[in-house]
Amino acid sequence: MEKQLIKDFEKSFKNSNLDSEKINLKKEFLNKFIKEGLPGKNLENWKFSDLSKIIKTEIGDLSFYNDISSPNKIDPSIYLKGMEHNSIVFINGRVEKINLKFEEIDKVEISEDFQSDKTSLDINSLVNLNSAFAEKNFLLTVKENYSFKKPLVVYHYTNKKIKSQNLNLRLNFELEKNTSLKLIDVLDDFSEKNFINTFYSFKLNEDAILKNYKLDIKNNSNIKYSFTNFEQEKNSLSETFILSSGSDFNKNEINCNLNGNYSSAFVNGILSLNKKKHHEIRTNVNHLTESTKSYQLIKSVLENNARAVYQGKIFVSSDAQKTDGYQLSKAILLEDTTEFNAKPELEIYADDVKCSHGSASGSLNENSIFYIMSRGLNYKQAKELLINGFLLDVINKITDEDVKNLIKTMIGIKE
Amino acid sequence: MKTESSQNSREKEIEKLKKYKYGFSTDIENIKAPKGLNEEVIRFISNIKKEPKWLLDWRLKAYQRLKVLKEPNWQKPKYPKINYQDLYYYSAPKSFKEKPKSLDELDPKLLETYKKLGIPLQEQKRLNNIAVDAVFDSVSVATTFKDKLTEKGIIFCSISEAIQKHPELVRKYLGSVIPLTDHFFATLNSAVFTDGSFVYVPPGVRCPMELSTYFRINASDTGQFERTLIIADKGSYVSYLEGCTAPMRDENQLHAANVELIALDDAEIKYSTVQNWYPGDKDGKGGIYNFVTKRGLCKGKNSKISWTQVETGSAITWKYPSCILKGDNSIGEFYSIAITNNHQKADTGTKMIHLGKNTKSKIISKGISAGFSDMTYRGLVDISKKADNSRNYTQCDSLLMGNKCGAHTVPYIKNKNSGSNLAHEATTSKISEEQLHYCQQRGLNSEEAVGLIVNGFCKEVLQQLPMEFAVEAQKLVGISLEGSVG
Repeated sequence: MEKQLIKDFEKSFKNSNLDSEKINLKKEFLNKFIKEGLPGKNLENWKFSDLSKIIKTEIGDLSFYNDISSPNKIDPSIYLKGMEHNSIVFINGRVEKINLKFEEIDKVEISEDFQSDKTSLDINSLVNLNSAFAEKNFLLTVKENYSFKKPLVVYHYTNKKIKSQNLNLRLNFELEKNTSLKLIDVLDDFSEKNFINTFYSFKLNEDAILKNYKLDIKNNSNIKYSFTNFEQEKNSLSETFILSSGSDFNKNEINCNLNGNYSSAFVNGILSLNKKKHHEIRTNVNHLTESTKSYQLIKSVLENNARAVYQGKIFVSSDAQKTDGYQLSKAILLEDTTEFNAKPELEIYADDVKCSHGSASGSLNENSIFYIMSRGLNYKQAKELLINGFLLDVINKITDEDVKNLIKTMIGIKE
Repeated sequence: MKTESSQNSREKEIEKLKKYKYGFSTDIENIKAPKGLNEEVIRFISNIKKEPKWLLDWRLKAYQRLKVLKEPNWQKPKYPKINYQDLYYYSAPKSFKEKPKSLDELDPKLLETYKKLGIPLQEQKRLNNIAVDAVFDSVSVATTFKDKLTEKGIIFCSISEAIQKHPELVRKYLGSVIPLTDHFFATLNSAVFTDGSFVYVPPGVRCPMELSTYFRINASDTGQFERTLIIADKGSYVSYLEGCTAPMRDENQLHAANVELIALDDAEIKYSTVQNWYPGDKDGKGGIYNFVTKRGLCKGKNSKISWTQVETGSAITWKYPSCILKGDNSIGEFYSIAITNNHQKADTGTKMIHLGKNTKSKIISKGISAGFSDMTYRGLVDISKKADNSRNYTQCDSLLMGNKCGAHTVPYIKNKNSGSNLAHEATTSKISEEQLHYCQQRGLNSEEAVGLIVNGFCKEVLQQLPMEFAVEAQKLVGISLEGSVG
């Protein structure tokens, strides 16, 4: 793989207009990745899902060179209907279109060559891979006291042109004081057997509110990894919702640093899997100062050889008194071939805190099914009703009504 | 209002209590194996214990394996590198070269030591009904109530004696739960284990009394590597207690024991530990490294193994008493209180491996950390594909006192069977001001109030202990936290 990496790296940046300093930095990240390699079972964070093995068996040899010289045509049918929104469209890893037509131009700024801090990016080998190959490093800044009027939808679209490729996408967001942004990620894949590696970074200043909804619904055989980093200042709020169901493999990692007082983070997720799919959510919420709050709720429904993993960690530093941390993961295993693994972790160094976690997994409650069936529904309907109720609990945590309804129709839940 | 003198006397009392009660050492001449770890030492140990050849071969095999194994490093408490060549692997009181035939032949100094510890070896003076096997440094000193047990066919003796008298049982079961190749410290133990207890309860027998072992490390620079093997044959029941102390020394001492339990069809084993090894002084100097491997195998149908532990001592405690639930309908239980104060560190928990159908497990863990200490609950619940209709319930609560200590929970939960149900919950909190205020209002001082609340917090676990131990454990809980509030 090493030769391939170096060859593809040179090919990618041969005609690039980046200055030599930036290329050298990218090279540094490349070398770091070459040294560490793809993560495998020997790493604690990958204990339940061995990525190097999965890529080897599912994809085989990866190509890291992504031809982005020619533009792709955007099929208008990909756009979400029934909701006015701004959009950023990625096709096969190339930014095709940025459309912020509902917003005031001077309140939003997009810079293409954002240079993020070198040390803060050395998070893990996959982020290093991303740093090395990501073509553009966008930074979207929301200016002080401005709230986005309409949601911003980022389309991650891939078509059949690519196969056995590694795509690296990267977006940075900075929300200045007293701003708000609703961000929806739609993963829309027509390609097969690719490894898509996404890195998001959010900086939330005082009183900023960010809501991020990640939707992976369409069935596809791609392998996905996404790392999201939050830095939260005083009184800021982040809400993340992950709907993980479409890809063959998807691992979402969220690292959240609550740096300012009264900042809070909410992470909710649904893993609805079938057909040998393997999805994982790993969270790391760091309470670093007083009076911060975090809440996590992850629910899984598994059938037909599917595997789900939830690894959640709440860290409370010794300065973070009055922390309120909560974590709950539940799973329904519909068949014997399925598997649910959880590692809910607490690491606490302050005494005046309220932290708890819970995890439960099992089958559908036969008594409940019997109760519903005795009222005239058949077995299938009863099962559906129970599962819908189980998942609705998470969906109701979504604070944005429009998005909530959108997601409900997407997965066909009626109330 | 308190007068000054009463305050002074109270302080003195606290000072006295804070001191480790079992910190004395006994001046007894010892026979030691040469320092260091090599084949010679293993042969020396095997030879002095007159072991059969198969056991020596077994030990040597473990030693060969040890050479390629690395010390694990995933645990939370880190410790300075141990120089395994700088330890004595065998230390025995000199008067023991020929094992005494009866209690009258025991070195009076030893008897005195056990008297100080509160272990009544002389049967006639005993009031309560517990058979004791006392292990001093490396060898088993005396076993009481032997006759009464023999009547029922129960074998309760030191493992060295069992190797001589019941080699077929030892050979069959030794290493069957913790294999030779398991992990570094278990393998080290297999290579150099010196003594420990052996229990065999024949089919259908309900052991009429509590069996108990008392471990004491006396000599300096020694590691204690004891090995305990308990076999409960079909339909039998046994309750086993274990207590430990060590003198106060500035250097750290290693204690790496292996405990294997085997429960056959319909058998039940209840294993209780009150661990009070020397925890080091208040600055974290000295103390025992307690790296113990404890594992139980529910081999037969409807068998049950229950672990109860109160961990208050040791500089570092690192152990996970586990249950392998192989037989259908078998039950595993784990009740634990771990208290860390000053600079103590504990990384403890359990593993429940569900293999058989309708297996059940229950984990109740209570962690209390104070001072500069660190407490970790680390546990695994693994429900395999074939373990239909299995149940697990886990509850781990932590209590923190002060913001210099830490409390961590690291559970691994694996479920591969849709017919099984798993529930896990954990909370971390501190003693609420309201509770303290309420108690103080009713005339308790702050330390008494904390003691009361903590005992309430631990009640679920303390209830599981046999009567005699429960009282001791309750006192220990109070003493361990002395001086941590206010």
